[in-house]
Amino acid sequence: MIDVSTPPTPQRNRPILGRRVYRPNTRHVPVLATLVLLIVMYSVGVYNYEGFGDTQVLLNVFVDNAFLLVVAVGMTFVILTGGIDLSVGAVIALTTTVTATLLAAGWPAGVVLPLVLLIGTVMGLGMGAVIHFFKVEPFIATLAGMFLARGLSLLIDRNSIPITNDFWIQMAQKRFRFGEGVFISLNVVIALIVVLIAALVLAWTRFGRNVYAIGGNADSALLMGLPVGRTRIAVYTLSGFCASLGGVLYSFYTSSGYSLHGQGLELDAIAAVVIGGVLLTGGSGYVLGTVLGVLVLGLIQTIITFQGDLNSWWTRIVVGILLFVFIVLQRLVTRKAK
Amino acid sequence: MTTLLRHRLFWPTAVLVVLLASNLVFSNNFFSITLQDGHLYGSLIDILRRSAPLVLVALGMTLVIATGGIDLSVGSVMAISGALACLLIGDLSNPDALGPVLLVVGAAIALCVVFGLWNGFLVAVLGIQPIIATLILMVAGRGVAQLITGGQILNVHSAPYRVIGAGYFLAVPVSFLIAAVAVGLTVALTRRTALGLLLESVGGSPTASRLAGIRARRITIMVYVFAAAFAGVAGLIYSSDVSSADSNAAGNLIELNAILAVVLGGTALTGGRFSIAGSVLGAVIITTLDITAVSVGVPVETTLLFKAVVVIILCLAQSATFRAKVFGRFGTKRVEVPA
Repeated sequence: MIDVSTPPTPQRNRPILGRRVYRPNTRHVPVLATLVLLIVMYSVGVYNYEGFGDTQVLLNVFVDNAFLLVVAVGMTFVILTGGIDLSVGAVIALTTTVTATLLAAGWPAGVVLPLVLLIGTVMGLGMGAVIHFFKVEPFIATLAGMFLARGLSLLIDRNSIPITNDFWIQMAQKRFRFGEGVFISLNVVIALIVVLIAALVLAWTRFGRNVYAIGGNADSALLMGLPVGRTRIAVYTLSGFCASLGGVLYSFYTSSGYSLHGQGLELDAIAAVVIGGVLLTGGSGYVLGTVLGVLVLGLIQTIITFQGDLNSWWTRIVVGILLFVFIVLQRLVTRKAK
Repeated sequence: MTTLLRHRLFWPTAVLVVLLASNLVFSNNFFSITLQDGHLYGSLIDILRRSAPLVLVALGMTLVIATGGIDLSVGSVMAISGALACLLIGDLSNPDALGPVLLVVGAAIALCVVFGLWNGFLVAVLGIQPIIATLILMVAGRGVAQLITGGQILNVHSAPYRVIGAGYFLAVPVSFLIAAVAVGLTVALTRRTALGLLLESVGGSPTASRLAGIRARRITIMVYVFAAAFAGVAGLIYSSDVSSADSNAAGNLIELNAILAVVLGGTALTGGRFSIAGSVLGAVIITTLDITAVSVGVPVETTLLFKAVVVIILCLAQSATFRAKVFGRFGTKRVEVPA
């Protein structure tokens, strides 16, 4: 969806070949490779497992990973500037814990929802400020943020707290139906809106341009007079917001708040972003790629569920193997195309 | 004084001193070291003993980070090496014989070297981004460890094996000696041979070093092998200390602690220059932090918060920009006051 919006690259004076071969823009190759491999993976699933081809199976990938999608979108912005945000999983835990605690204390949902979103955003803002003003490495600043958020949620409550608030349950049970047994949850709608806004912002706004410029070369961006500091802080703030929104979706999804929620989620989000073709060094990649990356992770989970007879350790090994196969294939495809 | 202040190990050392001093406030005999049953005994010795695995992992991580990479799989490799060692020792007819146990240890480290080669292959030959390449083993590795132990916690009773993590040699903890030897070897290899220079050049720019005639690919593979081997030894120390192999607890989150240790020691994650002494110091700081949290009496729920606060202070203290901003402001105030 973003491919359309990329600025028209000047046509290279290609020597006229005997026959015209379709050559995609090299910047699109990683995303296209992911898409092709995703389709291959899906087809293999459909071929091997009965019922895998149901529309609902595909939609469930979205339903089960809506929160990851939102978090990964925020992560995309951060990684595009060449940074990293390790705090997202812990911010999810903090969000769900605070939500559940406040709701249990009788606070109205209308107050709790903006408040928890604000907490995540402020945490992101703080980390961004530390990274920019004090030149602390993003990896370390956000690692400290991760300890802080997880520590705070542990401090609030060590146990899992159920959420019984009417509004929350209503939101959790909201379904958009497209026919017999074909539905998506509210989470998916929110996630897709976030994806759409993020894609538009990255492709068509000055802020989006700045993000790519900083990832390409922060010094050049500064010399060009771009607001490097403001953009960098904004990116971490955005990621903090996305993480807390992801936390809200997670609390819809699980109807509970727990300080151990979202453990290792930061790595899932980073993996999704990278699988989607975003370079960790920054400056190159698309939100659409991230969506595909999340789908790849979700589909791997689905295949394992359909396989059904795997115990917990074989599940881990198979996840690793599938991740490996996918990344190597993607690597080979992209390398050939270049 | 200013040269001392500017030394890159000044701030980590200062933090360590402050941490140790704050321990003294809470427990009077913190610094006392006594000789009990021919063993050195005391909180300081405890810190040395308990930081051994993290020092080893941080050592390997330093080399990997020096080449501009990162290794997330060290925790899983720790679990695998402990699991394999405990499985094999369980099968021995006489687990108290020294020879077979040494063979088992060798086998466990050899397996880790294979995993290191695997990581190196993915990064150097296939050109996958290190964080993702090692993420694969991080995810799958714990599965492999569980596969080895059959998903259970294997308990072993072997006197020679127990020595690795819990034994004493000439009154000094063996695990500390192992870590010290590893540090000594690495320093000798990187600072007394050209290897350190080559590492830094690969970290600076792999392409430029390749053009300069350095076998960048081979160096990259080598650092991942080192990291995995050190992690393997750390896994042996851990599992030997508790006389069992727990695939979930072994090396849990150690990759983050090790990276933290490396960065606290002043090595940049972007690769290039590295400081082994800094990483060792960083690892000792983190272990001291954990031990301090217990000795000061921080409740379990707030340990992480305590750690977060200290890490934040430490990072800010190390940031030259932060010091310039804060102390610079104090400086101007001082000028204003007498006027």
